[in-house]
Amino acid sequence: MMEKKPLDWIALTGAKPLGKRPYFFDDPAVERVLAVTMAVAQEVAVLRERLDTIERLLEKGNADFSRADIDAYAPDPAAATERAEWSRMYIARVLRIVQQELEALNTPENNVDIAAIADELGRI
Amino acid sequence: MSAWPTPPPYSLVGKHGVSPDFTHDERARFNFLAQLNTHLAAQVVPGNARAYETRVKPAFEAEHGRAPVDRHEVRKAMLRDSYFQTWSALRRSSMELRQQNGREVVLRQLDKLNAKAAALNHQSPQLKLNPDVAIPAYIRKVDFHCMPGGYTTELAADDVSAAANYDIGVFATTGGGLGCFNDGAGLAVAQWMRSRYPDFNPKRILDMGTGAGHTVTAIAQAFPDSEIISVDVAAPMLRFAHARAKSLGVNNITFMQANAENVPLPDADFDVVLTTIFLHETSNLAIRRIMAETHRLLKPGGLSFHLEQPQYAGLPLFEQFMRDWDALYNNEPFWTRMHEMDIEQLMADAGFQRDKMFQDKAEGILDETIFGKPKSDVEDFGRKAAWHLFGVHK
Repeated sequence: MMEKKPLDWIALTGAKPLGKRPYFFDDPAVERVLAVTMAVAQEVAVLRERLDTIERLLEKGNADFSRADIDAYAPDPAAATERAEWSRMYIARVLRIVQQELEALNTPENNVDIAAIADELGRI
Repeated sequence: MSAWPTPPPYSLVGKHGVSPDFTHDERARFNFLAQLNTHLAAQVVPGNARAYETRVKPAFEAEHGRAPVDRHEVRKAMLRDSYFQTWSALRRSSMELRQQNGREVVLRQLDKLNAKAAALNHQSPQLKLNPDVAIPAYIRKVDFHCMPGGYTTELAADDVSAAANYDIGVFATTGGGLGCFNDGAGLAVAQWMRSRYPDFNPKRILDMGTGAGHTVTAIAQAFPDSEIISVDVAAPMLRFAHARAKSLGVNNITFMQANAENVPLPDADFDVVLTTIFLHETSNLAIRRIMAETHRLLKPGGLSFHLEQPQYAGLPLFEQFMRDWDALYNNEPFWTRMHEMDIEQLMADAGFQRDKMFQDKAEGILDETIFGKPKSDVEDFGRKAAWHLFGVHK
């Protein structure tokens, strides 16, 4: 009798939902790179949060903690606030280019082509 | 004021009997996504309106000699705008990360999780599954919110994975906007019923399209003397909803596998018939049959109502277009059609009287010790915990 094949749960986590995936950029390759970049950005945040947890456990003066202690860690409001602040800064750093595009939209007078300014400076 | 940041850390998410175990890093992934989604809604979304007003609409007007006449023209124009493209690609990517993160937590402990649910569900007369119920096309053809496998896929016996994944990810998608037990809508409905009908103690309540049971369980807690029937076509959702409710000490709900278009219960059986955040996941013909069932199942003098995001009529075209984003790019296809329907005509067609209809609003209710005082600031076009409520007395 055939043995039942175990589920490949790792492959299943990333399965594609029904329906054609929308691609928003003119070149889908750009979108693929963005999706990869955001997945990596997420993992950097995860590593940083883990490091923060380890530091906070160390600060409690007990170096003898286990991985289970890391898994069980829950921040108090002060630690959660500091971690949230770090995340806000981190995401602002990763998405800086988007912020700058928005600023260019909001204040077009501050978005003049530098070559045009060079021409102007040559005249005045 | 709350001492916790917004969004609060994932470690505050409420635990119940079918909560999966989390590793540190799994919580951290959802923390990242809650922060990312909050950032996108507060910092990035507003640029879309700016792009529309300053360059997309003027370009459209220059080309056509007139303004766009409907949201579809707005969309076709915006799809060519680099700012909208960037936000949309980020948002879609965030939804896909959310699914993978949730599925990792659930699928790596699938057997253990299903066993937890099975123990809570064992021989319960309040869980009535019926494998003969056909899954309607509008559920079968759509993996809502980009959930691979949708609501109904079963990867193992007694599977609850679809519902468990749904449950654990809501906090990340909404940045905690539905509360630690994802029941902000249920609390809102209960408070709305209590304030509008202070002396009303319905004997029997029917909830259709119950899903993972977040909303109905909060309603059941608020109306402990009511007998509640919850119907849904998806067995994984019902198993999970029943087990979750039991583990939270809620015993006045019977979860029944049935199609809301054809509920196997007698006429005039209920004092209240309601749906919450469900009708937009049906179809043009199904919603009419569901309204007809609502009329049939309701006692004379009974109350029916439906909680949804606001209808499009009267909203600016740009807002209608933004509200369509989840419909078209987050797999909620009927959302766009449902929100342009004349809902009073829909209820009238089902046999209800126009002079007994009403429309109202309800805002999500959250634990102030964690979320602070309610504030209505960020509009995330269809994801904000503020709903439109429409209904009728029979």
